[in-house]
Amino acid sequence: VAEFATALPALCVATPVAGACVLLAAGRRLPRWAVDGIGTAVTVLGVVLAALLLAATANGRVVEWAGGWQPRPNLTVGIVLAADRTNAGIAVLIFALATVALLFGWRYFDSVHAHYHALVLLFVAGMTGFALTGDLFDMFVFFELMGAAAYALTAFKIEEPESVQGGLTFGVVNSLGAYLCLTGIGLLYAHTGQLGLPQLARALAGHGSGPLVLASFVLICTGWLVKAAAVPFHFWLADAHAVAPAPVCVLFSGVMAPLGCYGVTRVYWVVFRGSIPDTAVHRAFLVLGVVTAALGALMCWTQRHIKRLLAYSTIAHIGLFLIGIAALDQLGVAGTEIYLTAHAAVKGALFLLAGLLLSRYRSVDELDLYGRARDHKAAGCAFVLAALALAGLPPFGTALGKSLLDDAGASLPLTVLTLLVSAVTGGAALRVALRVYFGLGPRPSVESTSDASSGADEEPDTQPPSRTPVSMAAAVVLLLAGGLAVGVVPAFMRGVGAAAGAFVDQRAYVAAALGQFLPTRPAVPDTNWATGGVLLGLGTVALAVGIAFAGLYVRRVPALLRDTVAVLHRLHSGHIGDYAAWLILGTAAFAGLLLLG
Amino acid sequence: MTWYAYGSGLWLVLIGVFGVVRSRNLIHTVVCVSIAQSGTYVVLLAIGYQRGGVAPIFGASTPPGTPVVDPVVQAMTLTDIVVSATVTALLLALVIQVAKRHGTIVPDELHAIRG
Repeated sequence: VAEFATALPALCVATPVAGACVLLAAGRRLPRWAVDGIGTAVTVLGVVLAALLLAATANGRVVEWAGGWQPRPNLTVGIVLAADRTNAGIAVLIFALATVALLFGWRYFDSVHAHYHALVLLFVAGMTGFALTGDLFDMFVFFELMGAAAYALTAFKIEEPESVQGGLTFGVVNSLGAYLCLTGIGLLYAHTGQLGLPQLARALAGHGSGPLVLASFVLICTGWLVKAAAVPFHFWLADAHAVAPAPVCVLFSGVMAPLGCYGVTRVYWVVFRGSIPDTAVHRAFLVLGVVTAALGALMCWTQRHIKRLLAYSTIAHIGLFLIGIAALDQLGVAGTEIYLTAHAAVKGALFLLAGLLLSRYRSVDELDLYGRARDHKAAGCAFVLAALALAGLPPFGTALGKSLLDDAGASLPLTVLTLLVSAVTGGAALRVALRVYFGLGPRPSVESTSDASSGADEEPDTQPPSRTPVSMAAAVVLLLAGGLAVGVVPAFMRGVGAAAGAFVDQRAYVAAALGQFLPTRPAVPDTNWATGGVLLGLGTVALAVGIAFAGLYVRRVPALLRDTVAVLHRLHSGHIGDYAAWLILGTAAFAGLLLLG
Repeated sequence: MTWYAYGSGLWLVLIGVFGVVRSRNLIHTVVCVSIAQSGTYVVLLAIGYQRGGVAPIFGASTPPGTPVVDPVVQAMTLTDIVVSATVTALLLALVIQVAKRHGTIVPDELHAIRG
């Protein structure tokens, strides 16, 4: 049994790769239902394997040195896969979202070849490997694997001008981020002679902070933060989400971008904790988080392209995750983990509902769709529910996660910011639902503005089905149920508390990964509902409803706000060169924040 | 000597990014991405360089104990080259599609998505 448990991390990565190979080899000769069936079966098998791994990590970390290499004192060769509750849980989330995405795709795509399913499986393998590995260079390789699959999936509708442009932007910006990251990994290797996270922790311990360590931290974090779409590395995300097929967006928003946050947190807590002053790291993450959350919320509110609106709301929530991580304690990590899981489910449901709109009405332009979906009240109610859950409606997991983040931040301005950001993003989604499905508000004028994408001419992925197929409705319901389960299943909440406690236990991770036993009893944060959190959640939802109605009925916007928003929209120019310049500026700013006193 | 190697590696990374910023042609953009990646090869190989070291293949002419260059960074560089080939091919394929769908490969003239 123990041997099977140690094989699980490698199996979680290898299974989707094997599935992709089968689909690529035999896909041309198989009928459509068989391709869909194999793809979904592989992801379901992945859910089972990852769940077994999660169960195995309840008794401690599951560590496997690949290729039979064993760590020895003072000499370690080889690559380690180290699963704890956190990354095993992320693996479950990845496979579960992929299952739902493929399920939705059964009836969503008219004609789809097996290479779509193979790409999704390779993408899943890259993300799982990134989460489970305990080796810095391995993280880079899996980062590139998930990147390459993601660029191809973004540009999947290859006949469309928007798709290929979005895919190219995504590819160039992420590749540049990855190369900065690789340079950082190289510098760290030059300094320590190690690549594994536990060996790096040993090598850096007690050596203090030198300029080389700081530079490698900045460069490595830049790579992961580009994936996380923190401002000002975020430009690619909205472009990619706007053009990628809706089921792919579920994976992009739900796990790919949050994995960037995971990478930063893991590398900090295992390797750099203690080598770089806590205050500097706290300040850097906090500033990035606050700016990301505020800009994401503002851009989200001012979109009319529904998928872009949801993409900016993801950016805003990434900012909230970074604020949680910036607390640098187990409560912040626990809050982020709960929020991240619930957000993945709720945002996934919203993207799938946007996909349904696109397939039925051939548009994702909020203004163009005004009142056109009146006869689909069930989908409308699901959209409203998901929007309220996004704002933080108790007992959805989003509300619990946010209240834990507020506790971890322990500051009134931060609480106000998270409240405003989630109310604005939830309110924007609610505004869309009320306008499109219920025809509320005055009829908007639909002349297109020159500075923003409208989404009116986006090509659908499909012919419109006569009524919503069961598989598509089931995918949406599953996601909403998942978001609810995060907030109401006590075993999950307790598990996240223990996971966060173990996650921040640097010495235990290092010892376990190097095959030593260290009896520790990490502090477990309290991850239960508190009255204050429930009240705050209800208050946020009320504010979101108010904001949504204001968006529908208030016509006059202060000139200053209008001008600011116009400038912000012009900054998101869709120009690859601009985005690369922001990448360098962001790296410099991050370094500056760490260096400040 | 090694400082020149580090310096030129980092310079290649930065000039690659600068090339992307200033690019007027998407093929030029993709080549600049490759140049930035070439910089990482130089940095990695410079890290493993040892004066007087030979190739890390032990045998009759190279008994154990002979100074050799670091094989780990060489393996990393090889992996990196494979990644580069994949990403460059994919990006160039996308540029061909951009040329077909937009009728231009000048970044300033692409206006499909923004805002």
